[in-house]
Amino acid sequence: MKTIKCRTISKGKATGEAVVSNASISFFGGVDPKTGVVIERGHPLFNKSIKGKVLIFTRGKGSTVGSYVLYQLSKNEKAPVAMICKEAEPIVAVGAIIAEIPMVDKPEVFDFTDGQHITVDGYNGVVIVED
Amino acid sequence: MELNPAEESTLHGDNGPVKQKAIEILVALGEIFGADRLIEVGSVQVSGVSYKTIGDAGLQWIESMSSEKVVVPTTLNPTGMDLRLWKQMGVSDEFAEKQIRIIKAYINLGAKTLCSCAPYLSGQSPKLNEHIAWSESSAVCYANSVLGARTNREGGPSALAAAFIGKTPNYGYHLDENRQPTLQVEVDVPLHEESDFGAMGASIGKKVNNGVPYFIGVQSPNADGLKSLAASLAASGGVALYHVKGVTPEAASVELDGVEKMVFTSEDISSSYEELSTFHSGEVDVIAIGCPHASLSEMRKVAGLIKGKKVAKNTKLWVFTSVSTKLMAERFGYLGDIVKAGGEVYTDCCMVVAPVEEFGFKTMAVNSAKAAIYGPSASKVGTIFGTTGRCVDIAVKGYA
Repeated sequence: MKTIKCRTISKGKATGEAVVSNASISFFGGVDPKTGVVIERGHPLFNKSIKGKVLIFTRGKGSTVGSYVLYQLSKNEKAPVAMICKEAEPIVAVGAIIAEIPMVDKPEVFDFTDGQHITVDGYNGVVIVED
Repeated sequence: MELNPAEESTLHGDNGPVKQKAIEILVALGEIFGADRLIEVGSVQVSGVSYKTIGDAGLQWIESMSSEKVVVPTTLNPTGMDLRLWKQMGVSDEFAEKQIRIIKAYINLGAKTLCSCAPYLSGQSPKLNEHIAWSESSAVCYANSVLGARTNREGGPSALAAAFIGKTPNYGYHLDENRQPTLQVEVDVPLHEESDFGAMGASIGKKVNNGVPYFIGVQSPNADGLKSLAASLAASGGVALYHVKGVTPEAASVELDGVEKMVFTSEDISSSYEELSTFHSGEVDVIAIGCPHASLSEMRKVAGLIKGKKVAKNTKLWVFTSVSTKLMAERFGYLGDIVKAGGEVYTDCCMVVAPVEEFGFKTMAVNSAKAAIYGPSASKVGTIFGTTGRCVDIAVKGYA
């Protein structure tokens, strides 16, 4: 088990399976709010679902409407259970807060792989990676 | 970030879940951008009002906050339709129903339905050095540059969060050090028309991105030109602040030593006009004036150009403005001149955020560089960019 210090962006605590992207994500136009599937063509996560996962990505991009899309994903029960960003920007940070998705950024080490079992603790600003 | 006891208590939820969420947003943004504290704001301008831009997601979120009221004067950006004349515009019942729900939800929060992108022309006018939290990019740029107020480029949710708390995190354009020029632009071409300012802004915006241009040699520009410059700089590059030597309030006190300098020539402005049009001749379905919302003097100009003529049968002349300006234009006779000629004057909305695809327009002529930048992508229409005179001329002929 490995504990990684981070910065809290959105409070809450959740555990799930990691889905990792080394590309930035635009939630507006990039993720279908009805299904939780990534629909941006050419994106490394194209056609993959982020529903119920711990979504790990570099940063957000695109329209500020992306914040609302995270809210809508959450209302539709298609949102990630938690998020980790290399470095948060306003669109995703605001989206995580209004959607009540636990979120941290700036992990001491950004080294995650798909399928890892990960707990994001947004109360204490840590990420726990199970072996 | 340092919070005072009252702010801490809001953050812990003592003032309810809506304010708690609002201050969480402000604190998270403050942490991301290295703010030291929250500062009071005098007013808030909220974007994300059109159903076209925020969709069901935004509607649900705004409705979810109905238990709380804003604590500072808060005005709304344009919606997707004229709130009275939407049927005449050709807006569908489905769109209108959602749009009205959004407006009602905002009214419940205590926001004022000015529904204009130029609130500074309608009584929401901040003073020099006043901190505000605005989220319409053209209004942000005008308020920072021309009025000398201080605001970052807020998004819809962060502006609304500021409205609930009455504060914003202290970073970015709230601080002196971020209001210094990053590029000096010697303007070596006379600027007459609003579209000249727009063409220059579109070109310089691309060069400076989110920097701060300092213009030299712009001869006594009027407010319409400065509005057009603000909108185009913000749309093409993400500019939130510019200075004009001898004109804008902070221009005399900024530091210019070591700031890169370039010259903007008549060739530059010609190529910007060229680049902002996606086609140059043929039939035009609609001529749209008023992006940002037309001022009273712009209404007068259009009225003077169209008076005694007729808009061609195959096209439409649409002028967008605020409710207050329309009322004045009616009293002064400008509205009558435009309507008599077959033009239509709409309030509460604009071409950028209206459901243009529902109107069946394929081609559009505009005098706004901002509208020319967004038209092809946001509304999928071919666009001609020209002076107000050329636009009215196209409206009368029906083609370019």
